[in-house]
Amino acid sequence: MVAWSEQERSIIANLFSNLDYEDVGAKALTRCLIVYPWTQRYFGGFGNLYNAEAIKMNPNIAAHGVKILHGLDRALKNMDNIKETYAELSVLHSEKLHVDPDNFKLLSDVLTIVIAAKLGTDFTPEVQATFQKFLAVVVSALGKQYQ
Amino acid sequence: MTSLNAKDKDTVRAFWDKVSNYGEDIGRDALCRMLAVYPQTKTYFAHWKDQSPTSESAKKHGITVMGGVADAVTKIDDLSRGLLGLSELHAFTLRVDPSNFKILAHNIMVVMAIMFPVDFTPEVHVAMDKFLAALARALAEKYR
Repeated sequence: MVAWSEQERSIIANLFSNLDYEDVGAKALTRCLIVYPWTQRYFGGFGNLYNAEAIKMNPNIAAHGVKILHGLDRALKNMDNIKETYAELSVLHSEKLHVDPDNFKLLSDVLTIVIAAKLGTDFTPEVQATFQKFLAVVVSALGKQYQ
Repeated sequence: MTSLNAKDKDTVRAFWDKVSNYGEDIGRDALCRMLAVYPQTKTYFAHWKDQSPTSESAKKHGITVMGGVADAVTKIDDLSRGLLGLSELHAFTLRVDPSNFKILAHNIMVVMAIMFPVDFTPEVHVAMDKFLAALARALAEKYR
C-alpha cells in the first residue's frame, strides 16, 4: 500500500475538484496520439486519424479521452487501495484491449503536460511531484494483472 | 528512434525563437522541478553545499544546462559533431546515466507548457520531444 501525507491527499483532491474533464481529457488523448503516433494502433475504429488536425477534430477521440480521465476518479476515491481498485481494469487492458503497459506511462507524461499548461504557475514543483506520484501508482496498478 | 526531419527542425527553431529570451527562466525552473520531483537526481550534486531545488547552485546549473540546449538548437543539423565536446564531458567526466536526460527533457517540456500554454501545441511538443531525445543521444554517444 502506498503512503500518502495529508498534504498530498489535499493536493490531489483539490486538483481533481477543479478539473475540466471535457477539456483536459480530450486534449490529453489527442496530444498523446500526436506526440507518440504509435499509440494510434489502439484506435483503428475511431475514424480519421490521418494527421494532427484530423486527430484534434475527431469527436470519438475527444470523448474517449474524457472517459479515460474519469477512469482516474477510482483512484481518487480509493487512494489507500489503488492496486485492488484497478485489478479489473488491468485485466481488461491486458486481455481484451491488449494495450502495451508502457503506453500508460506515455499518456501519463502527456497528461502532466496538459495539466501544467492549464494550471500555469499553480502547477508548482510540489503539485507536480504529488500528481506524478499519483499517476505512477495508477500506472503500476494498471500493469499488475498482465501475464 | 527516428532522426529529425526538416519540419521538426523548422518547428524547433521557430519555437525557440519565440522563447529564447526566457531561456534562463526555463532552465532554472526545469532543474528545480527535476530535483524536486525526481529526488534521485540529487545524487549527481553531492558536491553542492545546498542541494535543495531552489538553491543558488541549482539555479546556476539550470542556466548552464539550458545554455547547452540553446547552443544545440544552433547545431541542430549535426548534433553529434556540434556537441562533441559536451559529449566527451558527459562520457568521461560526468558519466550521467542517460535515463536522466529523459527526466530533464520531461521537466523542460513541463516548464514550456506552463510558460507558453498556447504556443506549446501538440505539433511543437512532438518536435521538441524528438529534438531533446536526439540531443540526449548525441550526449551519450561516447559512453561506450
